[in-house]
Amino acid sequence: MSKTPILVIKDLHVEVEGKEILKGVNLTVNAGEIHALMGRNGSGKSTLSYTLMGHPRYHVTKGEISYKGQDLLSMSTDERSRSGMYLAFQYPVAIPGVSVSNFLRATVKARRGKDVPVKEFRKELKECMAKLGVKDEFLSRYVNDGFSGGEKKRLEILQMALLKPDMALLDETDSGLDIDALRTVAEGINALSTKDNGMLLITHYQRMLDYVTPTFVHVMQSGQIVKSGGSELAHELEAQGYDWVTKEHASTATV
Amino acid sequence: MVAELSRDEVLRAAKADYKYGFHMQEADYTFKSGKGLTPEIVTKISQMKNEPEWMLKFRLRSLDIFNKKPMPTWGNTKMLEDIDFANIHYFVRATDKQGSDWEEVPDSIKQTFDRLGIPEAERKFLAGVTAQYESEVVYHSIREDLEKQGVIFKDMDTALRENEDIVRKYFGTIIPPADNKFAALNSAVWSGGSFVWVPAGVKVEIPLQAYFRINTENMGQFERTLIIAEPGSYVHYIEGCTAPTYSSDSLHSAVVELIAQPGSHIRYTTIQNWSNNVYNLVTKRAVAHEAAKVEWVDGNLGSKLTMKYPAIYLMGPKAHGEVLSIAFAGEGQHQDAGAKMVHFAPDTTSIIVSKSISKDGGRTSYRGLIKVYPEAHNVKSSVRCDALLMDEESRSDTYPTMEIEEKDVTIEHEATVSKVGEDQLFYLMSRGLTQEEATTMIVNGFFEPFTKELPLEYAVELNRLIAMNMEGSVG
Repeated sequence: MSKTPILVIKDLHVEVEGKEILKGVNLTVNAGEIHALMGRNGSGKSTLSYTLMGHPRYHVTKGEISYKGQDLLSMSTDERSRSGMYLAFQYPVAIPGVSVSNFLRATVKARRGKDVPVKEFRKELKECMAKLGVKDEFLSRYVNDGFSGGEKKRLEILQMALLKPDMALLDETDSGLDIDALRTVAEGINALSTKDNGMLLITHYQRMLDYVTPTFVHVMQSGQIVKSGGSELAHELEAQGYDWVTKEHASTATV
Repeated sequence: MVAELSRDEVLRAAKADYKYGFHMQEADYTFKSGKGLTPEIVTKISQMKNEPEWMLKFRLRSLDIFNKKPMPTWGNTKMLEDIDFANIHYFVRATDKQGSDWEEVPDSIKQTFDRLGIPEAERKFLAGVTAQYESEVVYHSIREDLEKQGVIFKDMDTALRENEDIVRKYFGTIIPPADNKFAALNSAVWSGGSFVWVPAGVKVEIPLQAYFRINTENMGQFERTLIIAEPGSYVHYIEGCTAPTYSSDSLHSAVVELIAQPGSHIRYTTIQNWSNNVYNLVTKRAVAHEAAKVEWVDGNLGSKLTMKYPAIYLMGPKAHGEVLSIAFAGEGQHQDAGAKMVHFAPDTTSIIVSKSISKDGGRTSYRGLIKVYPEAHNVKSSVRCDALLMDEESRSDTYPTMEIEEKDVTIEHEATVSKVGEDQLFYLMSRGLTQEEATTMIVNGFFEPFTKELPLEYAVELNRLIAMNMEGSVG
């Protein structure tokens, strides 16, 4: 069976404020695959996710990204979102005065290109909320305003469930979660992974991968993917640490 | 949750085209004064209204004060200098009759208010309505049950004829003509406005509304409003203002006096959306007696220059005052707005919340006064000013004044200035909202503490106005 590529990244170089952070990233995510991107803090993982979503501070200096056969880099952030790219933020920002329910309806309307009738939307929302253990009172609160770390992450996953992305980027979604919240969020991720979409889980711990089994695991270091493998790679990293990859990479790198 | 979603639903739907910028053909006016301000014109206004002698004298004395008073030395003095008092029509009478049945209103005027949705709004959610067109009220109604309870709600000209004693007792007592130059001007040429009197213990649960429309170029509108809430009563009064866009300036200079007797509660809500060549120079002041409560809810959009500082004089123990205001200034506009709280008595409390947005080089200023007189013990007052700047060219300033002559007080003051953050925009755009939609959402959120205080219909209207003001503001 031939694979359908969703995201193809070739030789991606990215600068932030004049400093090169990504130095030639290559990665292909096909439909139905979950990729885990691991690595130390500062290795460039979040830079990759922000770049894919089109943050104005991240400048692509070289390379290309194809998303569902289109040139991703020519699309604005909102166009990327409406065509199914989704980023679950590591640090979601607060939007004071905007209720969660109001916000969710606006995003669903943008993604689907049309308004969803209130009744229908409420039913759909209720179902998603029940699955993720989100309480009703959540809806009348202001977006991420005064939310705990866990509440923020749940809201990110709730949005993902409503927006049904074709390509989901989850940036450190596991950080700041207790074990119960982690399990709920992981179940949400598993439920949202289909044969038609792709996922990229960014994490530096292996514990998320106890609940979500990735198709591939990649290790990022100094702005490049230095090692790729199956789900067993995550366990090796857990047992041996990143130093092991660093040394291996240093010995094979061509200088 | 049900209520929450349905309110959101309505608010989100509120993005229709702006409908108030239209010009209506000038009606066959019964009377339109020549331009300029003279004792003859003032006398003519008074005579046409068949006013008692004391009012004519009050007007002429006020004109004298106006001529002698210097322009304010605060606010935007340069813009003030541009006002050409000789180039203004001070009195325009559009019709001889005042309707209490919508069908009686002349067609040309009716069309204007029909487009503004006035009779429709009345049927839906208002206890009474007056509609002022140019200088005078052309339509008026009040619900029968309120009338039976003794509530008086009529235009000021009619009140002067029919309720002269009570008008004479209170008129100009809260804001005397000598208060400031524009109060003097209003006192000389006032016309229209509302008179409300609520008997002791009567609670008017749904709002009374007045609607003010300027339709003529170079027009001056000088309405005069007086609200008296007798002990233990409650009233919510709402005013909305619009004008079409003309190439030369108009002047709106109102005087609003509120008297809250012991234990009463007055809420006064304004949604102003004057076109961008209206000078809006308004004096608003309330006195709150023992345990009374007064709230000014003041929304300032539009106008060229607004100078307005709703004041509450807390005269009796345990009186409470609140001013909640928003201002939005775009290109060429200056919103100089604020609040004054004067604590004369012990155990009085006040809250000021002021939120402003400036964009495209627009300017907002918060100008406020907290004054506490000696022996006003245990006064509590808090002031919060938040300004949001949409770009580098826009400007926001705060001018808070504190005159505290008593030690036993708690005063809080907090001011913030922020810019629409790149990260907030990115977050919302990463959810599919365009930059314009994302900006409007952030702005609506910023104004939410104000919007949530409005009846739903007004919240809808405000969101629509904000969306309109935001259009084309991002690139």
